[in-house]
Amino acid sequence: MSDWEGVRLHVLSGKGGTGKTTVAAALALALAVEGRRVLLAEVEGRQGIARLFDTAPLDYTERKLTGGPRGGDVYGLAIDPEQALREYFTLFYHLGPAGQVLERLGAIDFATTIAPGLRDVLLTGKAYEAARRRTRSGYAYHAVVLDGPPTGRITRFLNVNTEVAGLAKVGPVHNQAQSIVRFVKSPRTAVHLTTLLADMPVQETADAIADLRAAGLQVGAVMVNQVRAPLLAPAGLRQAASGRIEPATVAAGLAAAGLDPAAGLVATLRRQAEDHAARIDLESRERAIVAGLGRPVYELPLLADGVDLAGLYELALALRDQGAA
Amino acid sequence: MTAGSPTTGPALPLHLDLDALLDDPQTRIVVCCGAGGVGKTTTAAALAVRAAERGRHTVVLTIDPAKRLAQSLGLQHLDNTPRAVAGVDTAAGGSLDAMMLDMKRTFDEIVLAHAEPRRAHQILTNPFYVSLSSSFAGTQEYMAMEKLGQLHATGQWDLIVVDTPPSRSALDFLDAPSRLGSFLDSRLIRTFLVPAKAGGRIYRKIVTTGFGVATGAMTRLLGGRLLQDVQTFVAALDTMFGGFRERAEQTYRLLQAPGTAFLVVAMPEADALREAAYFVDRLAAEKMPLAGLVLNQMHTVDTGAGSAGVSTGGDSGGAVAGVGTPGVRAGGVGTGGVGTGGTRGSGTLSAERALAAAEALDAVPEQELTAGLLRLYADRVAAAARDRRLADRFISTHPAVAVAQAPAQPVDVGDLPGLREFAAALSAGQR
Repeated sequence: MSDWEGVRLHVLSGKGGTGKTTVAAALALALAVEGRRVLLAEVEGRQGIARLFDTAPLDYTERKLTGGPRGGDVYGLAIDPEQALREYFTLFYHLGPAGQVLERLGAIDFATTIAPGLRDVLLTGKAYEAARRRTRSGYAYHAVVLDGPPTGRITRFLNVNTEVAGLAKVGPVHNQAQSIVRFVKSPRTAVHLTTLLADMPVQETADAIADLRAAGLQVGAVMVNQVRAPLLAPAGLRQAASGRIEPATVAAGLAAAGLDPAAGLVATLRRQAEDHAARIDLESRERAIVAGLGRPVYELPLLADGVDLAGLYELALALRDQGAA
Repeated sequence: MTAGSPTTGPALPLHLDLDALLDDPQTRIVVCCGAGGVGKTTTAAALAVRAAERGRHTVVLTIDPAKRLAQSLGLQHLDNTPRAVAGVDTAAGGSLDAMMLDMKRTFDEIVLAHAEPRRAHQILTNPFYVSLSSSFAGTQEYMAMEKLGQLHATGQWDLIVVDTPPSRSALDFLDAPSRLGSFLDSRLIRTFLVPAKAGGRIYRKIVTTGFGVATGAMTRLLGGRLLQDVQTFVAALDTMFGGFRERAEQTYRLLQAPGTAFLVVAMPEADALREAAYFVDRLAAEKMPLAGLVLNQMHTVDTGAGSAGVSTGGDSGGAVAGVGTPGVRAGGVGTGGVGTGGTRGSGTLSAERALAAAEALDAVPEQELTAGLLRLYADRVAAAARDRRLADRFISTHPAVAVAQAPAQPVDVGDLPGLREFAAALSAGQR
């Protein structure tokens, strides 16, 4: 049983550099079990998903990326605001010739590159459409995982439709914006935050949770990425933390292993141990702060060889084991 | 360019001499840009502290600093005005002010400065304006550049260090001035204004027909009320057109001026370096003066000879050679091929040998500590090798870009002494 049963739209945010795309991909894989289809979408035009899955650049066509480790399928989509707007014009508003006039006047250009904010309306609108799309046999996708903007912009991004609904007080845009607002604020949407066990990402996570809540958005889990086990045993860590590693002990150990116990090497090993202990100490403090945020926490191991498909499967299984999917 | 003179042979990466850059009175603006999470804000703050303590009258404009960093600069209050940073050493005759961007207030100030009071009031209370100035993504980029222009115009500081917003794309702020221009010039906006301004009758007829259809469509989409708000807003804005566009163009020219230095900030990760490469190319295309690349968070292996942060690059170079990195640039950014002499003792211990030794020691319970230390060492050597490889790949494809690097810190920088130390490591390195 997943912790997020009933969630149709998973949005991933986090401080830059915390691995949002990786975690979004791992979550999509974890959700894709037993014939389920999951859509993994990006909105920033970075082609991070294509790079991660080592495939040709994604476009506005939903394309199968891979099978999940347990029998489902992950599809990929790069949401492009321009295409989304054209789709709106034709599909939703049946604008016909008026749409063409708007296009000639540069409305598409205007909306997607010049007018700030409208872009976000289009991007969230497309994610909403995909999450609610139905086929004869039910929903087209079991879930949509959105690789979203970083923490600094996530609340504004998801809340843009509230703004729009307030501005356009009547008409189809108003209604559409209202529906999106209802959807992203309902328990059918969860905003997960990726972090590292470091001061600034954790602080930003805490700030983002407060912002999202204040905007009435549903905060999901905190996903701690790139977690590594200590390389020293507890006793060694304690000694290192207090600077009490005896050079003589280390030199003797090196000699016993047949290595040259040079003073320079001993000093390096001691300094590395002290840095490592400081890092571990910081991480345990950050871990305590994360635990205190009041959200489910999942930990993802650091992939020593970089992120590839095998690594993503490993992360997906870690997420499943912890109940994230 | 002021920085980037080679310190050694031509095959090695150019050394980015940050002190020379900061000390040069011709350097008036330093822009730190790069992907999110690479330490842009910290780098900007650290360089500002260093410049101030080396005698420059400096102001640092931060966009969205982490709480602790903001506190270390005395930025608890967001009031859109530079304030003196306490604790900075002013013995060299310099000073440091810091401010955090308030985008709405900056926008309001422009309106107030450029429109007569009645118009200004009309704009400031327009619902479309209120959304535009406070909630919509993209405004931050406009306003960051606007604020830079303002700070520069006061002539109060001889060095401005700017951080850039956490944009969708790191390039958004470069596009901000021209985008503002196209916003004001866009046919859609002009169409909104035409009924009030068009001259000839035929022209008016053609345009208003198009306008009627378009307005009809827009009204259906948005509702008449919003359309009215937008029209009122655009009409009010029209009076400020000249001022706006002129300023946008001025800021753009300012960024191209020889007194401006762009620093692309990155860390040794594929995504960050890819973005850095993209940025380098884009700056060249825009004729923006690039000073060089700041490479943060480089894992290094220090053998303890010489002071930390200076010799590290060289030592990791030696260690890396042991794990079989292709030898072409084994010295990499850090060493410039010099400085490894005399520290060979541990530089020759490879990750493999360290791991083998650790395994041998596992059989002996009392050697648990040394076994652990050797594993940690092997891990550090591998991390340094990986970072070096990534950095070297960037350097070999961008041989003309000068580089400064800072070693990975065990804990985050979050106070003034930390910033000072970080800047010292950045400036000192790689000789």
